[in-house]
Amino acid sequence: MLLNYIPVLLLIGVAIFFACFAVAASALLGPRQANQTKGAPYECGMPTLGPTHQAVPIKYYIIAMLFLVFDLEVVFLYPWAVVFRELKVAGFVEMMIFIFILLVGFIYVWKKGALNWE
Amino acid sequence: MELVYFLIESIVKVVVVFGVLMGAVAYLTLAERKILGRIQVRYGPTRVGPFGLFQPIADGIKAFFKEDLVPAKAHKALFVAAPMISITAAISLFAVIPFGAVIEFFGRKISLVIADLDIGLLYVFAVASLGEYGVVLGGWSGYNKYGLMGALRAAAQMISYEIALALSVMGVLMISGTLNLVEIVQQQAGGHWNAFYHFQFFPFIFYLICALAEINRTPFDMPEAEAELACGFNIEYSSMKFALFFMAEYAHLIAVCAIATTLFLGGWDGPFHLPPTLSWIWFVAKTGVLVYVFIWQRGTFPRLRYDQIMRFGWKFLLPLTLANIFVTGLIMVVRGQ
Repeated sequence: MLLNYIPVLLLIGVAIFFACFAVAASALLGPRQANQTKGAPYECGMPTLGPTHQAVPIKYYIIAMLFLVFDLEVVFLYPWAVVFRELKVAGFVEMMIFIFILLVGFIYVWKKGALNWE
Repeated sequence: MELVYFLIESIVKVVVVFGVLMGAVAYLTLAERKILGRIQVRYGPTRVGPFGLFQPIADGIKAFFKEDLVPAKAHKALFVAAPMISITAAISLFAVIPFGAVIEFFGRKISLVIADLDIGLLYVFAVASLGEYGVVLGGWSGYNKYGLMGALRAAAQMISYEIALALSVMGVLMISGTLNLVEIVQQQAGGHWNAFYHFQFFPFIFYLICALAEINRTPFDMPEAEAELACGFNIEYSSMKFALFFMAEYAHLIAVCAIATTLFLGGWDGPFHLPPTLSWIWFVAKTGVLVYVFIWQRGTFPRLRYDQIMRFGWKFLLPLTLANIFVTGLIMVVRGQ
């Protein structure tokens, strides 16, 4: 029933209100003496070296793609798990075949060394 | 008329849960400092009030009156939004967590949960993942190299442990056949706790490990890693924005413990029966024990290296949680359930 979601919205509303209140109150109550040094990035007292938003080597992009594959597997598993009792043996065997196929891929990825962090 | 009663009931429950949660978060900070202090053979805070009991209040007031710095080169909107996303997600988690049995109040049945949703567990995972946006955006928008590193690590860690987290509860779903958290607790009534009665003890441990990684606590606190990243993603934050990140972390900590209690430890069901109006005591007690365990391991384990964390998540937790689905399914099929 959709009515059930009203309390959820209420709680989210209270949470958002609290967050806005806290940020606004501290902005109003706190002192404001901004200067150039305070606005600089904090790098342990050293002068800032170079821009921050430059190209950063992200080594885990293969892992990020694996995440998509396995998260989709999880998405398929959830409805299966909920109705597992009705499906009995047939459902069990079918899902194990599905997991096995993904597992073969997982072993391949593992042997390829994609999960290793250089 | 029924609708009015329903709204009043909802508002009361929301206010109570929010109030108790904020109090719990405030005193959890004190409890953590006290317990960590004792583990390291020192006292922890003792000065503000008896046994340092007013310390959280003093911290809160101090946070409000600190200067609210925004770095000159920061992305202003995201910088302000990030802590708000974190705290909103962390508080919203409590909407579906049942903390007590159904009670009667002037002839009206009231279940002690804000919203009894059929998709409770999906809601939990969806909202919990949203909280990670706060960490990632907060680290990126501050225009700080440490913050950026913290954000990247947080993203990598989240995608590595989220799968194992979602898979670790699969056994419970297979046994209970529902995503509704209230029904999951009701099925465990009479000591039939999933963690012990239904062979879900190892998934329970896997869940706790993944939960630790999800809320970025030691030994998985790579996004903060004081020693290398000088506080990581929240490095440029000050005053209440900084405090919001910490409140979000503690609220999230309580939330994952409450969910572990609900899924694996029977929720409000206890070793001996309490009247429904007092059933929440069991729930609070079990959640408290789990929270204590989380603080305890923070005082015990060193921080892992980054590649170790990634390897552990992918090469250890993922195969084992998959194996658990197989074993649980096999047991249920053999038993003919």
